[in-house]
Amino acid sequence: MNMVDRLNALDRRWVFLLMGLAVAVPILWIGITGNTFPETPTPAAAAVFKAVEDQPEGTRVLVAFDYDPASAGELQPMATALLHQCAQRKLKIVCIALWPLGGNMAQQTIAEVIRADYPAMREGEDFVNLGYQAGNEGVMKVVLTDFKKAFPVDARGQATADLPILQGVQTVKDFPLLLNVSAGYPGSKEWVQYVVSASEGKVKMVAGCTGVQSPQMYPYFPGQLAGILGAIKGAAEYESLVNQSIGGDVAPKYREAQRRMAPQLFGHLLMVALIVAGNTLFFMGRKGARA
Amino acid sequence: MSRQRLTWIVLGVVLLALLVVRGFVGQGLGRVYVQADQVSLAQMDEKGADGSLVKVWKPVPAAQATQQWTEWSQAAPKAYFEAVAKNPAQTDITLSWPRTIGLWLAAFFTLAIFSFLYSDNVFYKLAEATVVGVSAAYWMVIGFWDTIVPKLFGALTPDMVIKWVQPSLQPAGAMQQASMWLALVLGVMMLWRLAPRGGWIAAWPLAFIVGVTAGLKIVSHVESDLMAQSVATMQPVVQLVPAADGGTDWYASLWPTLANALVLVGVICALVYFLFSVQHKGVVGATARVGVWYLMITFGASFGFTVMGRIALLAARFEFLFDDWLWLIDPNHLRS
Repeated sequence: MNMVDRLNALDRRWVFLLMGLAVAVPILWIGITGNTFPETPTPAAAAVFKAVEDQPEGTRVLVAFDYDPASAGELQPMATALLHQCAQRKLKIVCIALWPLGGNMAQQTIAEVIRADYPAMREGEDFVNLGYQAGNEGVMKVVLTDFKKAFPVDARGQATADLPILQGVQTVKDFPLLLNVSAGYPGSKEWVQYVVSASEGKVKMVAGCTGVQSPQMYPYFPGQLAGILGAIKGAAEYESLVNQSIGGDVAPKYREAQRRMAPQLFGHLLMVALIVAGNTLFFMGRKGARA
Repeated sequence: MSRQRLTWIVLGVVLLALLVVRGFVGQGLGRVYVQADQVSLAQMDEKGADGSLVKVWKPVPAAQATQQWTEWSQAAPKAYFEAVAKNPAQTDITLSWPRTIGLWLAAFFTLAIFSFLYSDNVFYKLAEATVVGVSAAYWMVIGFWDTIVPKLFGALTPDMVIKWVQPSLQPAGAMQQASMWLALVLGVMMLWRLAPRGGWIAAWPLAFIVGVTAGLKIVSHVESDLMAQSVATMQPVVQLVPAADGGTDWYASLWPTLANALVLVGVICALVYFLFSVQHKGVVGATARVGVWYLMITFGASFGFTVMGRIALLAARFEFLFDDWLWLIDPNHLRS
């Protein structure tokens, strides 16, 4: 058996092992050294940063946590960075979720960012978690006409009609900026289709989504989406922009996406090498068969 | 003994040996610590948005509280080490056995799922069955407590739900109450398919769902995808970017113009590819071929994004194993 035949018959488990090493070794290296690669923001990520930065202090923003722990590896870093920038800009943050576990993800992000680093922010006045609401697109249609009807109480059971942060809010159009972190259905696509399109330009939206969703969302940028964070790469770019703007010592929890970029690099390099090797073997095999 | 069985035994023994060694080196293996926070609340009158008095629960000192409970929040191992160094008998921060067992179960199930990459085995089957079972149960509980109880029973029997289940429920209006009777009837009709006779009754609520969904989707798709996307495509191909001196920055104008030209060519060629009423020969064939290239590039980009997503998830699981479970790395400085 020559080399080409042996490689063609290679057990695929060696490929799995190589991929495991390509991802695991950089994680260990970054975990020990603390070093990360520099990020150059793309226009889509920079647009997300600018959309939040352009909001005047005290503006109410709506943050929809439409994901669950299965996608947290990709989406949690961008949710953390979004809340970090909003809190830093002194915006009033209203969190909602259309995924059953999204309310818990919002609670966890609030605990990690707001309660830990912005203790002066008061719940109900500066931020609130309205929790999960069942109904998918139905909820989106209702918030277009009556926001508090869709979310009558917050996650603690307080009536939203009595919350100072929601005074003056009639519909979703009273939020100048909608930030959505989405892992699928219902998520960014539905927010664009049912809310942004129907809001007559009153609601500006930025989205952070998974890699699988990103190609479907890019056509909406920059018309219907003011900015987009595509997968962990978008999260890393946005994270670096937020950290640069805030300056000083950056807590490790705000560099989670940047830490995940080294495994990406080596994983992708291996993938490219395997595709090239696979094609080369295929053509060499075909040439050998012809001869 | 087969080669596969031998490999499993060797892998298991090596993993166990490494775990034992890790357990006795440095800070040991993953543990979860918690600290107790006493919550003390009392109900107070407060002016609502319309000026009327509303009852609100407020945090108060323990002596004035009418409701008290203990919340256990996770503490960083570093906080525990420091507390023990100061006072070895302290009980403010303690080891949580339930959470530690949860952490080890999470690690076990992660490894069990990974083990499928070698071959199908009993640990993978156990993990798979657990995921399916837990997910089904979770969705059932969510469906019951977040949809059926507050939306259906909350509208039909609000007093009972407020008294027994959800004191914060906002009573439904007459219109919503009436619509929920319709929902209840449709729900019962849907379940009729389980009955031995009269299965056709379930077709009516299904028709209702299909009709409503189609109505909702058609409007939004036409508005946001067909119209808005068409408008976004019909932009002037040449985009002139003004320069600082009032003229035109030709270099800066080149890229948006090129991007618009690529979009225009891509839309036309991809549409021609899907034009099946004309034979794909000559100019039409060449245009369709370009369309195929555009589609292939799109699929390639989607594949690339999917790979990125999957590697990110793999990296997150490895981080969990190395950081939370094995305590090999400490990127968040929770232990040092």
